[in-house]
Amino acid sequence: MKVSYYPGCTLKTKAKDLDFYLRKCAGVLGVEVEEIENWQCCGGVFTTASDEIATKLSSVRALSEARDKGQKLLTVCSACHNVIKQTNYQIKNDADFAARANNYMQQDVPYEGEAEVVHFLELLRDEIGFDAIREKVTDALKDKKIAAYYGCLLLRPGKVMQLDDAENPSIMEELIEAMGATPVVSPYRNECCGGYVVLDDAKSAEKKSTAITENAKTMGADMIVTACPLCKYNLEKHDQSIPVVYVTELLAEALGIKEGV
Amino acid sequence: MQRVGVFVCWCGSNIAATVDVKAVAEALKAEPGVVFSTDYQYMCSQAGQDMIKEAIREHQLTGVVICSCSPRMHEATFRKTAESAGINPYMVEIANIREQCSWVHKDIPTGTEKAIILGRAAIAKVSLNAPLTPGESPVTKRALVIGGGIAGIQTALDIADAGFPVDIVEKKPTIGGKMAQIDKTFPTLDCAACILTPKMVDVAQNDKIRIFSYSEVEAVSGFVGNFDVKIKKKARFVDETKCTGCGLCTEKCPQKKVPNDFNLGMDMKRAIYIPFAQAVPKVATIEADYCNMLKNGKCGVCAKVCTAGAIDYKQQDEIIEEKYGAIVVATGFNPISMEKFDEFAYNQSKDVITSLEFERLTNAAGPTAGKLLRPSDGKHPETIVFVQCVGSRCDACNEKGKEYCSKICCMYTAKHAMLTRDKYPDTDVYVFYIDVRTPGKNFDEFYRRAVEEYGVHYIKGMVGKILPEGDKLKVRASDLIENKQINIDADLVVLAAAIEPDKSARPLATMLTASMDTNDFFTEAHPKLRPVESPTAGVFLSGACQGPKDIPETVSQAGAAASKVIGLLAKDKLLGNPCVAGSDEMMCNGCSSCERVCPYGAISYLDKEFRMPDRTTKVRRVAQVNEAVCQGCGACTVACPSGAMDLKGFKNNQILAEVDAICR
Amino acid sequence: MNKKAIRDEIIHISGVNPKKCMKCGKCSGTCPSYNEMEYHPHQFVYMVESGDIEPLMHSDSLYKCLSCFACVERCPRGVEPAKIIEAVRLMTVRQQGANHLKSDAIPELLDENLPQQAIVSAMRKYSK
Repeated sequence: MKVSYYPGCTLKTKAKDLDFYLRKCAGVLGVEVEEIENWQCCGGVFTTASDEIATKLSSVRALSEARDKGQKLLTVCSACHNVIKQTNYQIKNDADFAARANNYMQQDVPYEGEAEVVHFLELLRDEIGFDAIREKVTDALKDKKIAAYYGCLLLRPGKVMQLDDAENPSIMEELIEAMGATPVVSPYRNECCGGYVVLDDAKSAEKKSTAITENAKTMGADMIVTACPLCKYNLEKHDQSIPVVYVTELLAEALGIKEGV
Repeated sequence: MQRVGVFVCWCGSNIAATVDVKAVAEALKAEPGVVFSTDYQYMCSQAGQDMIKEAIREHQLTGVVICSCSPRMHEATFRKTAESAGINPYMVEIANIREQCSWVHKDIPTGTEKAIILGRAAIAKVSLNAPLTPGESPVTKRALVIGGGIAGIQTALDIADAGFPVDIVEKKPTIGGKMAQIDKTFPTLDCAACILTPKMVDVAQNDKIRIFSYSEVEAVSGFVGNFDVKIKKKARFVDETKCTGCGLCTEKCPQKKVPNDFNLGMDMKRAIYIPFAQAVPKVATIEADYCNMLKNGKCGVCAKVCTAGAIDYKQQDEIIEEKYGAIVVATGFNPISMEKFDEFAYNQSKDVITSLEFERLTNAAGPTAGKLLRPSDGKHPETIVFVQCVGSRCDACNEKGKEYCSKICCMYTAKHAMLTRDKYPDTDVYVFYIDVRTPGKNFDEFYRRAVEEYGVHYIKGMVGKILPEGDKLKVRASDLIENKQINIDADLVVLAAAIEPDKSARPLATMLTASMDTNDFFTEAHPKLRPVESPTAGVFLSGACQGPKDIPETVSQAGAAASKVIGLLAKDKLLGNPCVAGSDEMMCNGCSSCERVCPYGAISYLDKEFRMPDRTTKVRRVAQVNEAVCQGCGACTVACPSGAMDLKGFKNNQILAEVDAICR
Repeated sequence: MNKKAIRDEIIHISGVNPKKCMKCGKCSGTCPSYNEMEYHPHQFVYMVESGDIEPLMHSDSLYKCLSCFACVERCPRGVEPAKIIEAVRLMTVRQQGANHLKSDAIPELLDENLPQQAIVSAMRKYSK
């Protein structure tokens, strides 16, 4: 299968691994990843204000391109996924916003929310299937205890994101189990890491991040897995005693294709 | 030509403040057929009615138009008035100039104009009215009660007490319902079993009452006084007539891993079981999905040990058909699923439980023999947090919860908190509340005792998140009075889950053609004046199936429903509604349109021989209305493409005459 | 803008109806930044509804909200407090010279691992 892919700016700079291993894993799993042309930064956060139009146009542009190609739009960075998915939801459910956004865009065919946004985790679960992954993995992660860290952006608002039960998700735990490792369920997995507030109030972010890493360690986890570069940054910055890895990198390791970075 | 009299009511100032009643009476005097027109302050009063009677006699009226409140209020009153003055009660028409006019308009000119138009329409209709006589139908003097909880039990006992036979259909193997699972009752703290089980025994011993336990209503047809009901007795694989309830089978059954629904899955039962010691009927039941003998033919221990020879692995579901004059719905409630409220970690920790589970944990017959031990490790909890309003009072768009207040939670939580502090004074008990709602006799006093005498910490605020960490539950909540966020390390958290109608209620409502609200609670015929009757004649409501209720309220409603049933069954004959549909056979083309839209199944088809003008005969398919079943809704008259179907009292030409009068 | 105009504008751009709030405090009970905030999520909702918005617009609390949406997810009344906070913040930063994070302040905040995502997000939230 072929999907349109929106990497996002962080994946081209500080989070190259997240992008690199996504492409590698997709290749092994038979998914053709086609990076959309001329994508622009999603803006990092979705603005909930109804009068903010311009800040959402880069998402609309990416969505339109996927729609035009008749492909699903694949994301992996939690922030990009959240912004694009929320924008798509707003286009579909807020006629006024849709009209104004399309007015700005002046495309041949107005965008009405036709494209489907899928996160890499959803691609694994719904398109490839965890059973297929289970068949392909090596025993590289055997005996590893891994805590999934979802953060906020993948899950909330649950009504829009629809990735999983926003309060008791299981998609990452199921993947960890399919990769041959043991999932560690930390109650802090959907608590916020501090996010962008780290720039304004580093202490606040530290408090949030360390609560997450401390609990993962107490629960016996060897490492934490995440899909978000900012979560990884916050968790690593405030506690170096437990490794935080990207979900794509972990999957590559499980599939035995991590060499040649 | 009819001789019509018009009577315009002031309804005190209800109508007269916005409608110039004298002008209305004057204007309507000019309508064709009107020979008398007047106004009066209270037409429904004795003086008003006497005035109507006198006018009927004096002016030899053949039709009467009352311009007053809704026909739902006083149509019956004025029909009786007319009848006592010697004219057919169906020669009375009501023009609703209150609900449909004075209450919705603000100024007198508009109100007066509309009142005149409404009056004109009623006069046009009554001019085409014909006297109608209701048919009679017999009454089957037996009642059916669906649901064997405290509501159904009380209703059945009261009906039986009046001498009428009653059947209770209960889907579980025993009657008793939720009350049987409860430990103590508020606000008196008497033991639920001690007050319930004698009533259960009364039911069992009453020769007027039959219990169909482990049974469900399968189909209902007929109408008030004459319901035909099919009841499915599910196979319990035990012959009820032989089983003595000795319990030997349960003791010897090797299948010990059956989740015990009576204890809400907190412990295990055997594959053959009696739900609890005081069950009625005290008869064993086999859980077919778990029984080795039924699954693969390997076991048979219960049959071997049963000295009464009651075990019957070949037992089949059985259908019982019975006639009833009245049906009482008492299907009760359940706590909603906590599946979608995992910010409270219900699915993540065994020590987050619902209030009903807490009842079982404190009940001497429960999984811990009444010792308050937490489910995860059996330790005594030292800090307990109660969370109120979980899933109640949610926004209408909230997919997880309910919009209504569940009504019983404030009081049972106060009870749980108080009993815990009483039995285990070393325990810290916190209750998070939004409001404490205690509008019942001795209710607020009870709640205050929990706070003042028992030292329960009531905190105004809501729990936002529960994080299970190690063997503690970290409760993060707000304290709105102190304006701070608080964190409590709890050992046990109890969620006051919203309650909802039992899932069986919706399909049952369809079978009964009884209406429900959007929450699947049964609707009453009138929220104030007919609270225990369904709008469907002959169907009555008892207990929480109609709305959240505590035990005293349920018992009073159960008694009220019983008295309505007794009133019905005491009659030998019922007068029907003469405003029923009828088909003109000469015009009917047998197309079935009317049959398809009839919600009551009142229309059937008949192949009938007709003599043709050329003296030959021809067989044609024509519609026939069962007048006893027809409720007069008129759907068929709208659906009929050939105009053959008409509704007595609301004939097509009458309706058109009204429209013409309005548009004139 | 007068009090009422500010209130109406906030309600308009947030799309939140503060009248739906039943004052249960669950938003503040679940907020991970509660202790950093002078005004808490439930107070934002209540103070916007009552028109007492000035203190909110001048409070540092605006910049403590993580936009983590925990309050939005858990509000039983569908009030969505985070959207109110966002609207009040926008009312403030949209004023002339009211950017909370100035672009020339960024270089000294950088470290070698800081992802771009953090900078663009913070700029979106704190500046116009």
